[in-house]
Amino acid sequence: MRRLPGASVLLVVLALGGGLLLLMAGLALAGYDAGRTMVALWQGSFGSWYSLTSATLPRAVPLILIGLGFSLAFRGGALNIGAEGQFYAGAIAATAVGGLVGGWPSSLAILAIVMVAAAAGTAWIVVPVWLRVRFGVLEVISTLLLNFVAEFLVSWMVQGPLQERTGIYPQSDPIAAAARLPMLPGTRLHIGILLALVLAGILWFVFARTWWGFRLLAVGTGPRAAEVSGRVDASRMVAVALLWSGAIAGLAGGIEVAGVSYALFQNLSPGYGFTAIAVALLARLHPAGVVATGILFGGLEVGAGAMQREAGVPAVVVYAVEAVVILVVLLADVGARRMGRGRVVPELASERAP
Amino acid sequence: MSEWVVVGGAFGAAAVRVATPLLLAALGETVTERSGVINLGIEGAMLTGALAAAIGSTLGGPWVGVLAGAGAGLVVAAIFAAVAVGAGADQIIAGTAITLGAVGVTGGAYRQFYGPAGPGLSIPTLGAVEIPGLSAIPVLGPALFDHSLLTYAALLAVPIIWWLLFRTRWGLGLRAAGESAEGARVAGVRVSLTRAMATMLGGVLSGLAGASLVLAQVGTFAERMTAGRGFVALAIVVLGRWHPVGVLAAAALFGAATALQYVFQAMGLDLPYQMFLMFPYVLTLLALGGAVGRVRAPAGLGR
Repeated sequence: MRRLPGASVLLVVLALGGGLLLLMAGLALAGYDAGRTMVALWQGSFGSWYSLTSATLPRAVPLILIGLGFSLAFRGGALNIGAEGQFYAGAIAATAVGGLVGGWPSSLAILAIVMVAAAAGTAWIVVPVWLRVRFGVLEVISTLLLNFVAEFLVSWMVQGPLQERTGIYPQSDPIAAAARLPMLPGTRLHIGILLALVLAGILWFVFARTWWGFRLLAVGTGPRAAEVSGRVDASRMVAVALLWSGAIAGLAGGIEVAGVSYALFQNLSPGYGFTAIAVALLARLHPAGVVATGILFGGLEVGAGAMQREAGVPAVVVYAVEAVVILVVLLADVGARRMGRGRVVPELASERAP
Repeated sequence: MSEWVVVGGAFGAAAVRVATPLLLAALGETVTERSGVINLGIEGAMLTGALAAAIGSTLGGPWVGVLAGAGAGLVVAAIFAAVAVGAGADQIIAGTAITLGAVGVTGGAYRQFYGPAGPGLSIPTLGAVEIPGLSAIPVLGPALFDHSLLTYAALLAVPIIWWLLFRTRWGLGLRAAGESAEGARVAGVRVSLTRAMATMLGGVLSGLAGASLVLAQVGTFAERMTAGRGFVALAIVVLGRWHPVGVLAAAALFGAATALQYVFQAMGLDLPYQMFLMFPYVLTLLALGGAVGRVRAPAGLGR
């Protein structure tokens, strides 16, 4: 794996600047106070210790986790677009277990939650993996379809089996105090961030330093070539990578419940599964890049919330900024390739022959 | 007995109403994918088409809305084509970005135009056009022959797209571009131009899909109202094996599976309603397992 060059970080920052300038122009045209909006965006994301630790970083945790899982599968050439569904499967399982472990020591309760969430995420991707291996069904489509199923499952759970005791509100009871993740004192930053960083480190090691990681990339680059030359069972490797990817997305759902929401409700995820794909792709599947981009996008999205509160600008416009960032980086990348200077960012497995 | 005739008619009508936008978007994506381009941005094109249709209809009536929807889909697809075909950037990344961007832009523009309260039900919609005689047939009449003109247009588009793909020189070149860009180029096909045109045709149909959602199905616009229907259309293309007739069957299957909830309700089945909502997605998944084995995607798809 190539190093993540400084040039690509600079490029993302420049692209972000361009995206924000466009946003300011649009806002000014629409009659908003663009300057005040930008101040709110900054204050709400990176502008203070509190907003950084209590808003941006907690929001970045699921983006980083899901982005890492997506990268793992995509290095093997498989597109797991179903992270949203696996996230919800993990969240449902975590909520169910979180209600039962009240008497347990906290460390055990948290371990239980994390394990079942990962298991549920894995279970949610088993059928797509089986369909791919057995019938050659594209995992892009199958994992995607299960997102919808998961959302309806959550809707049923919070109005049925997991509904809170009084049976009035469409949400679950809060999970037991023992199952909640510890926080950095004085902030809302839970230890899920550590887990995300450790996982990024592990994946970096697996991708860059292990035989398995190398073979996975070989499979993603050219499954036939890998099978012929290297005695690699490509189909099996991709299946394993996809299952792990599901486990990590499920884990993200469990962490969100145990560290942030403490309960299950509909729209628990504001589209994490989809944004995280953009995060991973922008980072070119590089674990360190996923962490950096995850924090950047996490900051953008909570900053957008502040923008809505302070300046009345609909928070949703931040997705347009994200889109501009991705497109600018993508085009700069193409430009660099055309000029024959090599690439600004590491090559993506999917761009070579699949 | 007569009660079941009414339920049957309502079931059929609902199935067709649900299937119409999916059919439009999936037909467009079929053309796009046959040329070798996978456009995840059709979700964004559909959403933008939906908003443009709402605004167009508010300003100038439903037919202005239809035109605006098609135009907006065209513009969104043109941006995608410029990045993914013109510059040759990764199609999956570009499509993801386009859809994200559409969510942002429509979310902002919608508040700007309608204010925080939204348009409500003030949007002029497309009325149903009964086909004289045929619409009087029990069950089948209300199911098939009492819809907006966009539904009939979608059905008419099936043979037209089939003819375009399989009976014209342009379609031959397009399919060649989808199987092997290199081979098509050698044979004299202008691959990039063909792919860009196929992508933009897909965009127009996705925009129309958004318009039919607003003007013939829901009657209003809401933020993110397409709710993944563009992605469902991608699944329908695969299930329909990249063939217009197959796509028609797959869209009809999805529409029927969605509409089944009315029949279940009439039967008084005591299941959580979310089960019925899940059903079309689960059925599509199972159908993919059964149907896909013997068919393959265009060999050059995504490259």
